[in-house]
Amino acid sequence: MAKQSAIEQDGTIVEALSNAMFRVELENGHEITAHISGKMRMHYIRILPGDRVKVEMSPYDLTKGRISFRYK
Amino acid sequence: MIYLKTAEEIELLRESNLLVSKTLAELAKLVKPGVTTAQLDKIAEEFIRDHGATPAFKGYGGFPASICTSVNDQVVHGIPSDKVVLKDGDIISIDCGTFKNGFVGDSAYTFCVGEVTTEVKKLLETTKESLYKGIEQAVEGKRIGDIGHAVQQHCESQGYGVVREMIGHGVGRNMHEAPEVPNYGRRGSGSLLKTGMTICIEPMINMGRKELIFESDGWTTRTIDGKYSAHFEHAVAIKKGKADILSDFSIIEQVLSNLN
Repeated sequence: MAKQSAIEQDGTIVEALSNAMFRVELENGHEITAHISGKMRMHYIRILPGDRVKVEMSPYDLTKGRISFRYK
Repeated sequence: MIYLKTAEEIELLRESNLLVSKTLAELAKLVKPGVTTAQLDKIAEEFIRDHGATPAFKGYGGFPASICTSVNDQVVHGIPSDKVVLKDGDIISIDCGTFKNGFVGDSAYTFCVGEVTTEVKKLLETTKESLYKGIEQAVEGKRIGDIGHAVQQHCESQGYGVVREMIGHGVGRNMHEAPEVPNYGRRGSGSLLKTGMTICIEPMINMGRKELIFESDGWTTRTIDGKYSAHFEHAVAIKKGKADILSDFSIIEQVLSNLN
C-alpha cells in the first residue's frame, strides 16, 4: 500500500500571527496556520499579508503547515 | 527513526511477503472478464486467513478491504466493490498486505484482463523494468535519491508520468515506517542506505500526465487525464552488493504462463 507524501500547495497570507506564524488561505479555499521554515528565518525572508507562498503539509494534520517559499 | 532489522527479523518479513506473493498468484488464476473486484477481495482474505495470517490493509487508516484493486485509470487504493466488473482489455493492479508473526508483508502486481493493447503492455513492461532498476540501486552505501532517480529516469525517458503524491515506504512491524521512498529524486540525496533496512519500492507510472485526483471516498486515486496507470511493488532488504528481494513475482508469473 503506497504512502501519501506531504502535500505541497500554494496559498496567500491572510494575517500575521505572533511567533512567526501566519494564517494562510490555500488555493482550494481552506485556511490553515503555518510557520516559516527555519531556512527562511535564517535568510531573513520577510513575509507580509497578501504575499503568495508555497506551503508544505502533512496528510495527517491538514490544519497546519510550513511555509517553504515566498513568491516574488 | 529507521529501524535496522536483524537477519532473523528479515526471515520473518520474507515469510509475510512470500505469503503476499502466493495470495497474488492465487488471484492471478481468477482475474478474467466478468469477475468483480469484491469477489477477489473475499478470496484474498480467506486465503490469507487460511495461512495463519491476517490482512494488513483491513482497517488500516479505515480502509475497508483486504486488498486494493485499482482498475485502468485508478492509480492506487481502489476499494473492491461488487459494482466493478472486469472487462476484456482492462488492467487491474492488486496491492495486498499480510500481517504474520508481528511483521507486515506488502507487494503489488498489475494484471491484464484478457487481451490488452500493445501500448498498455509496454506501460506494464516499463513499470516493471523501472522497479528492478530501482532495486539495483538499493544497496548499502547508496542513498534513497538514487532509487528514485533510477525509476524516474527510466520512465520519463519513455514519456510516462511518475506519480508524486504517492510514494514507497519502509516496512517492518508497521506497514508504513521511515524512510519515505519516492519514485523520483536526485542522485545522492536522501537517507543513506544501510544493511538491515527494509523498504518497499513501488513505482506508480501513468501513461499520460503525472497528476492525480482523489475521489470522494477518501481512498481511490485516478489519473487526471483518464489514461491507464500501472503499479508494481516489491519489499526489499538492503544488503551489501545486491538487494535481497523479499517478495517473489516468479510464483505469480508461473501461474500466468500456465494459464496461457
